[in-house]
Amino acid sequence: MEQVDVRKINVVEQKNVRKINIRKKKVKDFKNYLPLFLMMSPGLLYLLINNYFPMFGLVIAFKDINFTKGIFASDWIGFKNFEFLFKSADAFVITRNTIFYNGSFIIINTIAAIAVAILLNEVKNKFLSRFYQSAILLPYLISMVIISYLVFANLSIDTGFMNKSILPLLGLGPISWYNEPKYWPYILTLVNLWKNVGFLCVIYLASIIGIDKEYYEAATLDGAGKWKQIILITIPLIKPVIVMMVLLGIGRIFYSDFGLFFQVPMDAGALYSTTNVIDTYVYRGLIQLGDIGMSSAAGLYQSVVGFVLVLLSNYVVSKIDKENAIF
Amino acid sequence: MKANGDKTFQIIANITLILLSIACVLPFLLLVASSITDEQFIIQNGYSYFPGKVSFAAYRYLWGEASVLFKAYGITIFVTVVGTVGSLAITSMLAYPLSRKGMPMRKLIAFLVFFTMLFNGGLVPNYLMYTQYFHVKNTIWALIFPTNLLMNGFNIMLMRIFFINSVPDAIIESAKIDGAGEFKIFHKMIVPLSLPILATVGLFEGIAYWNDWFNGLIYLTDPTLFSIQNILNRIITDIQFLSSTSLGSQVGQASEAIPSTAVRMAIAVIGVLPIIMLYPFFQRYFVKGIAVGAVKG
Repeated sequence: MEQVDVRKINVVEQKNVRKINIRKKKVKDFKNYLPLFLMMSPGLLYLLINNYFPMFGLVIAFKDINFTKGIFASDWIGFKNFEFLFKSADAFVITRNTIFYNGSFIIINTIAAIAVAILLNEVKNKFLSRFYQSAILLPYLISMVIISYLVFANLSIDTGFMNKSILPLLGLGPISWYNEPKYWPYILTLVNLWKNVGFLCVIYLASIIGIDKEYYEAATLDGAGKWKQIILITIPLIKPVIVMMVLLGIGRIFYSDFGLFFQVPMDAGALYSTTNVIDTYVYRGLIQLGDIGMSSAAGLYQSVVGFVLVLLSNYVVSKIDKENAIF
Repeated sequence: MKANGDKTFQIIANITLILLSIACVLPFLLLVASSITDEQFIIQNGYSYFPGKVSFAAYRYLWGEASVLFKAYGITIFVTVVGTVGSLAITSMLAYPLSRKGMPMRKLIAFLVFFTMLFNGGLVPNYLMYTQYFHVKNTIWALIFPTNLLMNGFNIMLMRIFFINSVPDAIIESAKIDGAGEFKIFHKMIVPLSLPILATVGLFEGIAYWNDWFNGLIYLTDPTLFSIQNILNRIITDIQFLSSTSLGSQVGQASEAIPSTAVRMAIAVIGVLPIIMLYPFFQRYFVKGIAVGAVKG
């Protein structure tokens, strides 16, 4: 019995000695690495202020903000803001729009980008290939404000290219584009495709170029035509990239391109039923209406559901293919 | 037979791509053509690809407001340069230590960086923090700091992976033996070795700052601080904006004299011109950057 105890004490002592050694080593490490910590400090400070402080600010959604009391001293009101938000018709409209638009963007952009990437890969002339790529990527480089001008040049009610040139040609009367919500799902989907297809296309092209040419040579010898090669070789081999990009998109389905939904319809009130998404709703609540309660409730709703969706989509990726999981 | 099938496919590919390229570039031509069309002609015939009656009145009008536009460009350039340089400095200085093997807490910090890509407080807390505690409203800093413009998790991860893969430990070890401090090693050895990734991230940061209108939209009400994007943002709905702002040099310019439909297009041309003119020069790096980001990210 005693012996056992002594042995135990020895073990504990050894452990303590080891702990002290580790601690000494850690202290030494910290001294050695102090300059590196100093180097990181501006970045860490920005991260703390710009990214972590606002996370605590999410509690605003549960408060009745009163600036004379200060943000954190304002009264708690529980879920009142959420009650108001989810009782209003807005909550359904913005959720539907956000998911519907982003969902169709994922599907349409992915198909279009893969198709264009496959076509680009077929162009053997280096100069032409670079030219096409530059042209298709150009819209991606342009700010949404400029794009809203391009759309306006086409859709302006009095002087737009559509109303003055295209519609008369088809024998149709002018359409009051900025007052008719029913057209905007098509317009916004088209603008989004036009702006982003180049970016996605570059990503898919990079993975298509990486495919070993021997697969195609073997298939050609076996008499497979282009179409079969695309279906049986190209698509299956870039599938990991497709799956990853689509799941990344699904993970971000609750976040919209604010510029697309705010600038392109020129913030036209008549269009809100088909152009209002969570991001524009939060912005309007905060800046235009000064309704911090509703706006912060919608923001928290977005942050939390968005986060859950990221985790879920990553979980799905890791089940399909561990290598492609983000974490 | 086989070669024939190949050729048909190539022709189809080329034709489709030519049409797509045209579709991507054409709207810009509408902008330019409309900006040099006579005001009365536009009112009658609408914006058109063929300026039926050429007139540079819109540009003459904008030249009259040149001081406002030059100032806005000055702000855009200042914000882009300061923002991009600052961003590269703090991003690389955070990413490099996170790439060092022995660095204590590097896993924890890398996770904290990564977590910002998954979860954020959103617009309301950010806005209240920057306006109530940092008082950035109507200051130039509003165009530089908020909305993750200065530094974002994706760029840090991108640089960190580059440092891990492309900077050999042996170099750092030997420099240490020679007695060089960490800052000297970073400045004299790491930075020169990392020019490709710095150029890529710098290009994307530069474009992000140049194109940004969001920060100006929410943090600026004072038009003297407007960047060119904010001016554009305002003018599309308020054509009088240029002459009504206190900056407007030509107080006497009567409002009915403004060729407003053409001016709208002309100002957009002025806003988009620099980036389109520079595009051929950085196009290659831009494409490479996207591909790198996709593979590594």
